[in-house]
Amino acid sequence: MPLIIKLLAQRIALGLILLLLVSGLIFAGTMILPGDVAQSILGQSATPEALANLRAELGLNDPPLQRYIQWLGGAMTGDLGTALTSGSDITESIGKRPSNTLFLAFWAAIIAVPLAIFLGLLAVRYKDRWPDKLISAVTLASISIPEFLIGYVLMYLIAVKLRWFPSVAMINDGMSLGEKLGAIALPVTVLTLVVLAHMMRMTRAAILNVMQSAYIETAELKGLNGFQVIFRHAFPNAIAPIVNVVMLNLAYLVVGVVVIEVVFVYPGMGQYLVDHVSKRDVPVVQACGLIFAAVYIGLNMIADIVAILSNPRLRHPK
Amino acid sequence: MSDPQLKVRDLKIGATVYPPGEKPHDIEIVHGVSFDLEKGKVLGLIGESGAGKSTIGLAAMAYGRGGVKITGGEVWINGRDVLKSGTGDIRKLRGGEVTYVSQSAAASFNPAKKILDQVVEAAVEQKKFSRKDAEARAKVLFDKLGLPDPENIGDRFPHQVSGGQLQRCMTALALCPEPDLVVFDEPTTALDVTTQIDVLMAIKEAIRETGVAALYITHDLAVVAQVSDDIMVLRHGNTVEYGSVDQIINDPQEEYTQALVSVRSIEHEEKEPTAEPVLSVRNITARYKGTQFDVLHNVNVDLYPGQTLAVVGESGSGKSTLARVITGLLPPREGEIEFAGRVLSPDLDGRSREDLRELQMIYQMADVAMNPRQTVGTIIGRPLEFYFGMKGAEKRKRIIELLDEIELGEGFIDRYPAELSGGQKQRVCIARALAAKPKMIICDEVTSALDPLVADGILKLLLELQKIEDVAFLFITHDLATVRAISDNIAVMYQGKVQRYGGKTKVLSPPFDDYTDLLLSSVPEMRLGWLEEVIANRKMESAGN
Repeated sequence: MPLIIKLLAQRIALGLILLLLVSGLIFAGTMILPGDVAQSILGQSATPEALANLRAELGLNDPPLQRYIQWLGGAMTGDLGTALTSGSDITESIGKRPSNTLFLAFWAAIIAVPLAIFLGLLAVRYKDRWPDKLISAVTLASISIPEFLIGYVLMYLIAVKLRWFPSVAMINDGMSLGEKLGAIALPVTVLTLVVLAHMMRMTRAAILNVMQSAYIETAELKGLNGFQVIFRHAFPNAIAPIVNVVMLNLAYLVVGVVVIEVVFVYPGMGQYLVDHVSKRDVPVVQACGLIFAAVYIGLNMIADIVAILSNPRLRHPK
Repeated sequence: MSDPQLKVRDLKIGATVYPPGEKPHDIEIVHGVSFDLEKGKVLGLIGESGAGKSTIGLAAMAYGRGGVKITGGEVWINGRDVLKSGTGDIRKLRGGEVTYVSQSAAASFNPAKKILDQVVEAAVEQKKFSRKDAEARAKVLFDKLGLPDPENIGDRFPHQVSGGQLQRCMTALALCPEPDLVVFDEPTTALDVTTQIDVLMAIKEAIRETGVAALYITHDLAVVAQVSDDIMVLRHGNTVEYGSVDQIINDPQEEYTQALVSVRSIEHEEKEPTAEPVLSVRNITARYKGTQFDVLHNVNVDLYPGQTLAVVGESGSGKSTLARVITGLLPPREGEIEFAGRVLSPDLDGRSREDLRELQMIYQMADVAMNPRQTVGTIIGRPLEFYFGMKGAEKRKRIIELLDEIELGEGFIDRYPAELSGGQKQRVCIARALAAKPKMIICDEVTSALDPLVADGILKLLLELQKIEDVAFLFITHDLATVRAISDNIAVMYQGKVQRYGGKTKVLSPPFDDYTDLLLSSVPEMRLGWLEEVIANRKMESAGN
């Protein structure tokens, strides 16, 4: 079997094992939380009989391992269990939320990733001159300010004062794409500002590292101009570290949007999770945790696969 | 007579230096060099590292590496002074009119792109040829340079061809845009001797056939004598001597040139083996973890106290692997190592502190073998503490003794490695090895990274120390001149086997086996016409080309 297939298979298997371990961790973590689910549903005044009945009904008396296997088996077949508080099916009530979260993350990524890489290339081309310093200063400032603060400041300036975009990013199926994009303009801007600096600085560092190589000198001595050297000769060798940090940030866009979704009252996964943490609805928290973990591990797995595929020594063995 | 292709007048080059503990300041590294190069001629620039030869070569392309700046003078190519040209003109010059072949093709090819794409890039970018014509021309050049499968070799990636082949591809890259001038910067230095002569011959033929002018930069006078018409000897950024090849080789005027022509002033009498060897390598067979083939096959050699065994071979012959087995870094599959009358544990973990003390090592790269944040005193003092528990005044006294032995003296005790020259660094590494009072030292290519005259000094020092300290050397090298200079016994290695083994005189006297003959005949000799003679008389193809 070629080495590259073996490496890819290993990496995918590793991702799946990791996901299994994380599912165990999520289950165990929510298990050892203090308090009793039956008690919190029925309230302080519940009779002992009612509590015992509810526990039996929810399967809380079964051994933990059996409950874990049941939960995992359900999750794999698309059944994430039943929400304790509302009694509704979680898969159904999560419904469009993951796709809403992904919609937001997608548009943030579409803007942030090319912009970050372009700014990184620009910073390399004008290293230590004013464009480089300006880009570094602005992106560092935007990453240093807490995202909810940027959110509220933009909301005040753009939504309240200028009235360009709505402050509340509510979207529903009835809206056209244009209306939806208008609605999410502010959260997308904030997310872009938050992830830009990290990706741009990594792009800059990875390419500068490659720029030390002898083959960059060869390229310069061929009479290529600065951007040709960077784009043709440096960038292809810096893909692996750049993709890695891009994927980490994409994962952040999906998993870390909790704050932004709450600030802009956006109907995504994050808000759903926050709502149910406060209601101590363990099955919902578990389900959201599992979905977030799957996204995170999946994106990082893609990053590693791209890194393996971008290595010419692995793609074209001797 | 027509104008010369390249006319350099009073070229001055400067750089900014950042010495530790001082303010950065500008220094001049080339102090006014002038020469002419006619069409179709080759000028050899020769000198030690730091002589400014690469810097001058790159200046012909109006290029300064790192912080290097051209501060004065004129460089005329095709009737214009390139130092006064604008950015656009310089870009046209580079890769179009003047091209460059670097020392390490392996590092100078972009690992992520196919060879052909890189070979034709300059020709296409400079609009000298269409993509199709450039590719056709590249394939003709591949063929001329003796590369196998010239039609398809360009579709490979750099890591898929050998070092010698890649160096030829680099030459094709430089010749593809039909330049007027090619700068060859040590193009064969990184190759094995047997590969070097093939590449050298290919380059020489290519220069002759295309009629291009060339600057050939090297530190090896014997190599440059084979390809050049004229030679300029440089030292510390000054011209020492400038003349025809014949005059420089056969009638050098300056003292420095005479020293370069006659390096290897060392005469060393072969010593008779004493009764008991200090090291016996017995039937060693070894392979690296996770691989399927043996890199060493049944190796048997002995090293006698106070003597030198030279292990010589090309890269990949297994000589460094042998050192790894002896030091315990790579436990062998079969065989054993007997050292000072006892059998050593095959594994490093199983060896006593005494085993470690008595067997020391000196490495090729003195730079990376020392902690840059420690002073010379700390570096040499460490084995004194570790093996002998020395402290304070006693330790300092011993460090000073060692510094005297390596001819550096007490003044060096508080210096950092960055403040030392290459030769001085290697001397500190020698002192560190000697501090342990070893019975034997493994010297792994210890002079390969040094200039010939500096290397000569190191070898003299090692022989001197061998007399004083009665230490045995296992000397790993690919350089036969070094072997001649210092060894008592020689083991010639080829593809993991000892090909020839015995006393120096016996090993270096005919009749030879085919491989030893190839190896010995491939060492460049300092006379004109040597290259053609060797190629004509060869019995065996080199393995690594």
